[in-house]
Amino acid sequence: MEPVIRIQREDFDLAREIALLVRGRADIGAIASFTGLCRDEGGRLSALELEHYPGMAEAELRRVADEAASRWPLTGLVAIHRHGLIAPGENIVLVIAASAHRRAAFQGAEFMMDYLKTRAPFWKREHLVDGTTGGWVEARGEDDDAAERWG
Amino acid sequence: MAVKIVYFAWVRERIGRTEEMLEPPPEVGTVADLVSWLKTRGEEYDHAFENPLLVRAAIDHVHVKPAAPIAGAREIAFFPPMTGG
Repeated sequence: MEPVIRIQREDFDLAREIALLVRGRADIGAIASFTGLCRDEGGRLSALELEHYPGMAEAELRRVADEAASRWPLTGLVAIHRHGLIAPGENIVLVIAASAHRRAAFQGAEFMMDYLKTRAPFWKREHLVDGTTGGWVEARGEDDDAAERWG
Repeated sequence: MAVKIVYFAWVRERIGRTEEMLEPPPEVGTVADLVSWLKTRGEEYDHAFENPLLVRAAIDHVHVKPAAPIAGAREIAFFPPMTGG
């Protein structure tokens, strides 16, 4: 199983990615996906700016995908993460996990997101509706806790 | 031996550059040593590393701990805790 890993500025389309994943396949019985979107934080944000470490971002997503594939019998994995300026309501990240049965698909997708949040080299900065650039988003301890519970 | 050092997010902003080639002295053996040495190079580094626990490191695109040796590294990165996803 070769995971699909993409770091891109442009948007992605969930339906298209699933269609590509299942095309010509008869072994997939379950697909779970997670899409992360940009919030406006109660009307405060005009955009999030996503900075990333080119090269390492791809490498780290691939390592996380390989780790997921070693823990569950996954038959397909997609991880797409956007960078650049992203407006509220737009997509930021997509994870798709496929397997013969639902449990591996659900857990594989959740694991990918928990690990990606604490390990993939991306940083968010807030752009505010008054036209100013706000601060860098601080990492949250609960994200570390979510990743650590997988052991 | 010269090594490329790259910075991201607020570490990059505090230091004021995205990357540089540096030649640390031979006694700089680990990532923690490198941070200590960088802090002697100017206020901007001192500011970026004022709380070293808040700055993460990677060697050649792999996360490392402060005790990791830097011998043979081609690219060393410093950045804040990640906030993607």
